[in-house]
Amino acid sequence: MEHRLLDKQLNTLRDKLLLLGGEAETALQRAMRALMNRDSELAREVLKNDDTIDSLELEIDRLSVDVFALQQPAARDLRFVISVAKITPILERIADHACNIARAAIELNDEPQLKNYVDLPQMEVHASRMLREALDAFTTYNADQARQIILQDEAIDEIYHRVFADLIEIMIDNPQTTNRAARLLFVAKHIERIGDYVKDICELTVYMKEAAFIKHSN
Amino acid sequence: MNFETQVATREKQQVPAIELQAQSNSSVNSHESKISVRDLNFFYGKAQALYQISLEIPEREVMAFIGPSGCGKSTFLRTLNRMNDTIPGTKVEGTVEIDGDSIYQPNTDVVSLRRKVGMVFQKSNPFPKSIFENVAYGIRINKMARSKADLEARVEKAISNAALWNEVKDRLNASALSLSGGQQQRLCIARALAVEPEVVLMDEPASALDPIATQKIEELIVELKKNYTIVIVTHNMQQAARVSDKTAFFLLGKLIEVNPTKKIFENPDEKTTEDYITGRFG
Repeated sequence: MEHRLLDKQLNTLRDKLLLLGGEAETALQRAMRALMNRDSELAREVLKNDDTIDSLELEIDRLSVDVFALQQPAARDLRFVISVAKITPILERIADHACNIARAAIELNDEPQLKNYVDLPQMEVHASRMLREALDAFTTYNADQARQIILQDEAIDEIYHRVFADLIEIMIDNPQTTNRAARLLFVAKHIERIGDYVKDICELTVYMKEAAFIKHSN
Repeated sequence: MNFETQVATREKQQVPAIELQAQSNSSVNSHESKISVRDLNFFYGKAQALYQISLEIPEREVMAFIGPSGCGKSTFLRTLNRMNDTIPGTKVEGTVEIDGDSIYQPNTDVVSLRRKVGMVFQKSNPFPKSIFENVAYGIRINKMARSKADLEARVEKAISNAALWNEVKDRLNASALSLSGGQQQRLCIARALAVEPEVVLMDEPASALDPIATQKIEELIVELKKNYTIVIVTHNMQQAARVSDKTAFFLLGKLIEVNPTKKIFENPDEKTTEDYITGRFG
């Protein structure tokens, strides 16, 4: 039950953030599907939808500023609004990485497929799951779950290093593949960065719950 | 764990935070306790208003008292210079020490105590006299001035310290009642400072003022803490956050939590404190 005007605004902020998170996750999944299924039309839809994501980011920014200016939140409310304000651009950047994957897909789909994609979809499954769980942990104030998700990033990094080595080997063996291999390398890097961003979201969840800064604490 | 043990435990836990704050506030040399309160109970007749309050107020810092109406914060403030003595039927138990001297001893000179621990009230209450006379009054009755020139110098210094001199220096003989509300409140602060107190107690000093006058009072408080120990009761959470080094939260006559202000407003130890400052009470 909403006892205070502030509660209503905090709930709106949370709902909008979840919406943005959902859009970012969908963008990632669709961009990867566009690559896997060689579906350039789908990739273009991802790019087209980025405007919606940007608008949502601006909407949350404005709402956060309003809450700071008009409600002057304190303690856990303050930490919540700070976290929302910091997570919002992270989600927008995740969506930007998805767009970059979509652009790579459009380029790659015009050329013969370089290899069977095995590791890349695996990376995407990990990253999507981490993002989904990170948003769950945020909305339920679950710092323990957030800490667990941070550990999962190692799995993505491990696959990334394997993909990196494989693609370098392909480039060395057949220099004509360099263009396609480099694009795939960027795709892998984008997913790897998304894993890092999800870690940032989890660190902010720990801050929101415990007022503890665990960033840069290894 | 009973309440006293909780307070004692909190005080122990606070030590590193207090040390940290003292280090960060390099302009202040000493943060030893100016006022030590131990197991203070206070009664209006048979009604108990304060329960087992134990609190250390550091020298040359600002401590804010917050809490809902009727929680005992103003009553507690008034125990620090025995202003409650003027109310018939009141009773105090426990000890209040200022610089290590108990102020509730039978031989305590209450007049000199109130000179040492000055007070500024919610509603400015200048005497219906000139600006000069309002400030000179305390200096005269305490026989502090050696000469007329000394009196004038002391008045000027007190009014300057209250950040009012430039606004009134050309009309010191005008009635104090001709000043604006904010100026009257700063005149009352000047009047309190004129008798050279070491502690200034302020009971909602800006609650009747507009934002500009409030800002001036707040800037003055921050300036005054270089030389004085300040204790301020306020209902304005943001004011407590802006001006104080430490904040004490009172509820139903009990001291619930005292911590560095930053901690109180970012991550208080007690859930009731958090519920109060975030407006979740009731």
